[in-house]
Amino acid sequence: MNRTYLYCFNGIVKRDIFRFFQQRSRLLSALIRPLLWLVVFAAGFRAALGVSIMEPYGTYITYQQYIVPGLCCMIILFNGMQSSLSMVYDREMGSMKVLLMSPLPRPFLLCSKLVASALLSLLQVVIFLFFAQFVDVDIPLIGYITAIPAIFLIAFFLGSLGLMLSNLIKQLENFAGVMNFVIFPMFFLSSALYPLWKMKEASLWLYWLCQFNPFTACVELLRFALYGEIEPTALTTVLLVTITVSFFALMSFRPQHGRSGK
Amino acid sequence: MSIVTNELSFYYGKKAAVYDLNLTINKGFNVLLGPNGAGKSTLFSMLTGLYQPSSGNIKIDGYDFRDNRAEIMKSMGVVFQQSTVDLDLSVKQNLVYYAALQGISSSEALTNIGDILSQLKLTQRLNDKVRSLNGGHRRRVEIARALIHKPKVLLLDEATVGLDIDSRKMITEYVKTLSQQLGICVLWATHLIDEISADDQLIILNEGKVKVQGISRELCETHNVADIYQLYRMLTANTEIT
Repeated sequence: MNRTYLYCFNGIVKRDIFRFFQQRSRLLSALIRPLLWLVVFAAGFRAALGVSIMEPYGTYITYQQYIVPGLCCMIILFNGMQSSLSMVYDREMGSMKVLLMSPLPRPFLLCSKLVASALLSLLQVVIFLFFAQFVDVDIPLIGYITAIPAIFLIAFFLGSLGLMLSNLIKQLENFAGVMNFVIFPMFFLSSALYPLWKMKEASLWLYWLCQFNPFTACVELLRFALYGEIEPTALTTVLLVTITVSFFALMSFRPQHGRSGK
Repeated sequence: MSIVTNELSFYYGKKAAVYDLNLTINKGFNVLLGPNGAGKSTLFSMLTGLYQPSSGNIKIDGYDFRDNRAEIMKSMGVVFQQSTVDLDLSVKQNLVYYAALQGISSSEALTNIGDILSQLKLTQRLNDKVRSLNGGHRRRVEIARALIHKPKVLLLDEATVGLDIDSRKMITEYVKTLSQQLGICVLWATHLIDEISADDQLIILNEGKVKVQGISRELCETHNVADIYQLYRMLTANTEIT
């Protein structure tokens, strides 16, 4: 990477991180949401939902412990969608034009934006995991290190997904609707809140939907990574969907939506 | 340094916003005048690569836009009609961010525009958040930003809209001086006639077509009208006047 690219990459990442810290309410809501799930929701459900011994856990675990990877992925999902929302906003408000005035290739500029978003996700997850320790969530030290590449990969995938969605959306108002149709189905139809064998007992077709949901692969990838392990099927799935989705996101990018020649 | 468009057209659906536009713009201060909807912003969007022309081509300094986007973007500074500065960042951070997008280090960027910042009276406001600046100062920041990579072509799309008289005057005069001092090609789109002086190169655009192009005074003489306002009225009859 020559210096021109390096300066550009640095500039985009620094700007997005700086803006994130300027928006304190965004940081706060990014943390409060999963912490509420962890403290309130998990407390209510731990009695109702027993989690038997399963991989990668070597023993019985609490429900809090079980949902931590799912909540981490929820943070990443929300952040990915929020970054894309800000791209729709930038496109409507005109600041996207500034980015596109760069002489560097557009795929590089968009990838830099995705990396910046992934770094922000990583930061939020680390802060969440720090607080999670105080509610009896026990993660081995090595898990914090092995989780980093997993979080980054998941964040890149979900950021690309958001970017692809933002390309399909013409107006800011429509984005909220699409987010509801994406975030909630992805999250609830996954292993984030309950093991899939529980879902299989309840409904076989829902179980298969959960199995084919790439978000399930994200949750499982992170669940194993937090214990220093690799889940090969989840890793392969996340890698494949990341490559596919980011390719389509970059290819379908339109600087000005609905503004093309005849 | 020149901008040349050759049979350039752009359609929104079936409606032509710019139609068969043949234009040559040389260095100096060039005014693009036209009423709302004349096609000025569409032309700007094509010149900056944001819109793909429906047909025709654009050459900047001899480079065809389709094949030399990177080279052209390096030599082009743009001030858009809509404000594009980041309100949550300081003046300096906005400038440094834009410089980074151009592949320039922050120190080099600030050196490049040290004089410009001083002329635009922004040196003391570098650390202020853009949100705290008034409209005139925000525009100055955008002009400084557009010059950070020493462009040879400067495009300003209705850069003075919404500003008070003093700010408009200051910015118009500054850009005119700049075009002479730096020898760059400036394309200044406006619908405000009082920003045009008799010696300016004038292009009147209406309904996506060039009506006239030449030095303002000479155009008035040729068309036998007293001033630019009358010339404009004559060439844009039945169109909204600002």
